[in-house]
This record gives sequence, structure tokens and C-alpha cells, in this order.
Amino acid sequence: MEKFEKLHGIAAPMPLVNIDTDMIIPKIFLKTIKRSGLGVNLFDEMRYDREGNEIEDFVLNKPQYREAEILVAGDNFGCGSSREHAPWAIADFGIKCVISTSFADIFFNNCFKNGILPIVLPQEQVDLLMKDAEKGANARMTVDLEAQEITTSDGEVIPFNVDAFKKHCLLNGLDDIGLTMEKAGAIENYESKMSQERPWV
Amino acid sequence: MSPKTLYDKIWDAHVAHESEDGTCLLYIDRHLVHEVTSPQAFEGLRMAGRKVHSPEKTIAVPDHNVPTTAGREDPAQMTEESRIQVEALDKNAKEFGVHYYPVSDIRQGIVHIVGPEQGWTLPGMTVVCGDSHTATHGAFGALAHGIGTSEVEHVLATQTLIQKKSKNMKVEITGKLKPGVTAKDITLAVIGETGTAGGTGYVIEYCGEAIRDLSMEGRMTVCNMAIEGGARAGLIAPDETTFEYVKGRPHAPKGAQWEAALNWWKTLYTDEGAHFDKVVTLKGEDIQPVVTWGTSPEDVLPITATVPSPEDFTGGKVEAARRALDYMGLTPGQKLTDIQIDTVFIGSCTNGRIEDLRAVAEVVKGKKIKDGMRAMIVPGSGLVRAQAEEEGLADIFKEAGFEWRLAGCSMCLAMNPDQLSEGERCAATSNRNFEGRQGYKGRTHLVSPAMAAAAAITGHLTDVRELM
Ligand code: SF4
Repeated sequence: MEKFEKLHGIAAPMPLVNIDTDMIIPKIFLKTIKRSGLGVNLFDEMRYDREGNEIEDFVLNKPQYREAEILVAGDNFGCGSSREHAPWAIADFGIKCVISTSFADIFFNNCFKNGILPIVLPQEQVDLLMKDAEKGANARMTVDLEAQEITTSDGEVIPFNVDAFKKHCLLNGLDDIGLTMEKAGAIENYESKMSQERPWV
Repeated sequence: MSPKTLYDKIWDAHVAHESEDGTCLLYIDRHLVHEVTSPQAFEGLRMAGRKVHSPEKTIAVPDHNVPTTAGREDPAQMTEESRIQVEALDKNAKEFGVHYYPVSDIRQGIVHIVGPEQGWTLPGMTVVCGDSHTATHGAFGALAHGIGTSEVEHVLATQTLIQKKSKNMKVEITGKLKPGVTAKDITLAVIGETGTAGGTGYVIEYCGEAIRDLSMEGRMTVCNMAIEGGARAGLIAPDETTFEYVKGRPHAPKGAQWEAALNWWKTLYTDEGAHFDKVVTLKGEDIQPVVTWGTSPEDVLPITATVPSPEDFTGGKVEAARRALDYMGLTPGQKLTDIQIDTVFIGSCTNGRIEDLRAVAEVVKGKKIKDGMRAMIVPGSGLVRAQAEEEGLADIFKEAGFEWRLAGCSMCLAMNPDQLSEGERCAATSNRNFEGRQGYKGRTHLVSPAMAAAAAITGHLTDVRELM
């Protein structure tokens, strides 16, 4: 996995609440057996009409947001299915950080596995960042994971929380499976204990 | 020892390793796999030269993509991409040696229906699947999480999941349900109350008399939609109803093992005085048959109500409601029972079990579906289908004018050929009414099986109590 470096980029505003995984990546694109290439279909039904033409007023189609690397979104972002195609599409588009008042659980976890940093903030701060994002391409935000700080285009600093282990993995681009395999001994111990205690499993 | 919740007990019984910061390796007893979220995970194993850690605890079945029409063994019935996914699962199941129910097997069906049916899902277990509706298995008092593909790969490789403990939430449904009110109405009513983010960060335990009174099928319906309420998982403490259901299933323990298992299972309940971080209580007798009017499962109203107006809401929900009404083609103030329906879909992991089909048969017996209505019933598994045929339900459906399909997810997410066309309006027993869920610009109203059956007969959303 790629390391999460300090991010200085354009933020796109998506104030809609309950943006679900079907909106993020419609199911017709789930038929892939690869992880890459989904970026062009990110938000497909909001982004293109039936003929495949871009819908002009969709935020990521606007000239100032085409290179967005941060998404400031309404409450309960990523609700719905467990499809990791959602973060794959987001990452493939080039978005590395999503900010909202809350995320659906599975989506939240999936982000970290794909080098995306989801940040949860209180409503007022999300509102403030939403306003900042609405300024467009000249207003770049900075997301510093190491320091756990977002800096708005006006220089206002907003601290955020992140799970220490997830932060460590993201900063160093660590692969979970490799880390877990280092604990193979603990797993084996558990298994031998369970074969006594709950042999029917 | 301080009193524990059911969730605490199952959690504690599965921690294989705990780090200082509370991150745990949770041991996974059953891993269910389907064709859509697994190909990249198996590919990852192959590329890293890894094996499946416990193939005997891993169960694979194709369900999301498979056609549900006769003659589906013919690959020409599937789109190229669907075929590739199903074939990839065939190949991966063989190569990695996991249990497998191919399309040609009568036991094939929706993964969350097959697991319990075959006795793979047992009380006190941890169950995961690369599918959010894994919550279904919580009906057995199993801790069941939906996971993403990277986590699927992690579980395949290590039989564990990296987790932090969620908070405890109790949802109590007191008293008795009124006639015509079902498990589906309970679960939708709860989401209507808490919202789709109300359960975020929690594991829900459902309890109370109305929950106790439900069959295993009904309990599965309730837990299935815990995820629509935002929760990581839903749980119901196992009891005699559970043990009765599990006993004798192909993969349930037998003999002395059964006794040992039963002894442990009987300890799986929330202790008196255990702490819940959040409590929601609904009165069973207050719950009515409900429908969704919008594009989020929280957009729930009793069937007797009228379509709301965006001004009825606050915050970001005002805009979301406006967008939903526009998408759904509805006008504020319109009676829900005046909404005309083009299509009825009965099935899915929420309501594709035998009891659901019996409820439908009860409503449609001796009647005909409305002229021009497209109505299909897709049983949740090959075995549910066989049982419905044996009980004579299939004949009732066919005589009423329903299409009687083979098992799969079908129009629940419309990845197979069954889809809504633009503007087509559907009463569905599934669990999601998101934009485009059942087809591009398709409109979905979520209802119970009995309510779906009623709509099929009358041609509009209908209070099933009027047909009883
Ligand atoms: S029936 Fe629907 S919700 Fe259930 S597993 Fe299949 S697609 Fe998912």
C-alpha cells in the first residue's frame, strides 16, 4: 500500500447526506475481478447521463474540482454495501481523504486498507471546511496526518482524531496481513485452546 | 465479575490477541464467500503465495450474479462479466479447497440463507462475509460482521479480523405485535426511529417479548437490516427457538458434541445489570405495517400515512428528501396507498425464506395479481424452493400469476438480468431503496412479504390488513 504523505490539495464539497455505496460506484461496475480502473466510474450515475456525457453541474465535473484530492461530504457517507469497490473507485480517481460528520462502519474501515484517510469532525467544523471547499481550486487545504491537523485555505487549523494503529499503518503503507502473520503464534495458541473448549466449531 | 452483554461474551470468547491500544485479532469461526467481493482477495493470496488458513471453515456460494430463470446452467444466460466472476469463484473454491455450493447444487442460494440452513451458522460464533447483510446471522446469537475485500483476504489468510470493540446498543420491542405486522415492519420501524446512522459504532442486541415471539426466520429478517440502521452487527440471544432450528442441520454438532455446545450456548445472554451505551425501546403494539417512501431505508412511514414534504425535515435531510421525492416521482401529501405499483419483487436475504413465502401465499391464495403487473418470487435457496413446492405454495403463486424463480439475489441488487427500467416502480421485500439499486432510475418501496403480496393483487401500495 502507498504511504499517506502530507496532503495539500483541492477539496470538493458534497453536502448531500447519506451518500451510499450505490451512488459511489453503481453495481454494474462490481463485475470486475480487478481492483484498479474504477475511478472513471466514481459517482457514475450522478456524473454522467445515460449516453455517457458528463453532467455539467456535478461537482467533480466542474473545472475547478476535476483534480480534487479531498472530499468534504454530508453525514453518514459510504452507507450501504460492504463493496470495497467504493474506496477503490475513490482512490483510483485520486481522492486521498474524505471528511464528514460520520461514516458507515465498513466503508470507514475499507478506506484505511486503501490508503484513504477518512476524518470525522463535528458539524460546525465540517460546515467550515465545506465553505472552504466551495471556494474552488484556489483554496487548497492541507491534511497533515502526522500532526493530525487540517489547515484551511485561510490558515485556520482544525485538529482531528485518528486511531493510533490505523495512523501508523497509513503513514508507513503497512499491509495488515503481513502484520497479523507476525502474530501467528497467538492464533495457533487460540486454535489449540478452542479445539479443547469448543470442538464443534 | 462485572455483568456482561451478549456481545461482550462472544467478543471475549474470540480474542486471539490484544494489542496495548485495544486493537484485537478476533478469531473467525465461519467465513462465507460469494463471487462479487472475493475475486480480488483470492488473487491477492495467489500473488503473495499464501494459502487459505482454514478451508474447512470457509464456505463459498455464487448468488449475486446468477440468473434465476430456468436453464441458467447455460453460460449464455449471463453477461460476459458475470460469467467471469462466477467462473472465478468455481476455480478459486477448487484451488483453495473451500466448501462450495455451485449453481447446479440444490443447496445453492443466497449466502445468508444457505449458511443457517446448512447449520454452518451456530450460536456464539463469529461469522464474516464480504457482504454487509452478514448481520443476518446475528439471529442465532452469532457475532456476524460484513467486511470489505481486503478483510476477506485477511480472513482467508489468517482466520482473524483486526477489530476494535464496538459499543453496546439495546433495541427492545416490548409486548405483542398486532395482526398483519411482521418482523420486517419491526426492523424498518426501528430504522425509521434511529435513522440509518443511529447504529454507527454499535452492535445492537434486539430483545423484548415481540422479538422472543419471532421464529428464526423472523429474527433473521430483523438482524439482516441492522446494517441499514448503521450498526456493525445485530444480535438476538439464542433460546429454545434457536436450538430447535439448529438441531439436526447438516453441519450442526451431533451427540455428545451437541450437548457440550448446548451447555455453552445456554450461557449466551446479557447478564442482569450489564451496561448498554444506548437504549431504544419500541412498543410492539404501536408498530404498524410500514413502507418506505424515499431512497434511504430510514424514510419509513406507516402505510396509513401520506408522503411527507421536505420542510418536515431539518438540516441536510431537507435537501436529501427533496431529491428523494423527485427521484421517486412523489408529491407531498399524497396518500401512500394511492401509489401505483408496476412490479413486485419477493425474495432476498431479508425475506426469501419459507415463512416469508407462506405469508405471501396466505394473501394471494385464490386471487390473481393485477393485470399488467410484473410479479416475481425468488426463493432464497434451492431448498426453500423445494420446500415451497412440496407445501403447494408454488402452485398458489403460479395460479395467481407470479413468476416462480430459481434461487439467488436477483432483483435485490439487479446485478443479474432482473432489473427495473427507468421510472418503473417496485414494491420489494429486500432491504435497500437506494437510487438505482434495482435498476437505473428504478423506484423501490421496501415492504414486508405480506404487504408486497397485497400490492401485487391491488396494483397499488396497500394496507394488508384490509385483505385479511
Ligand atoms: S439478497 Fe440482496 S442484500 Fe442479500 S446478499 Fe443478495 S444482494 Fe445482498
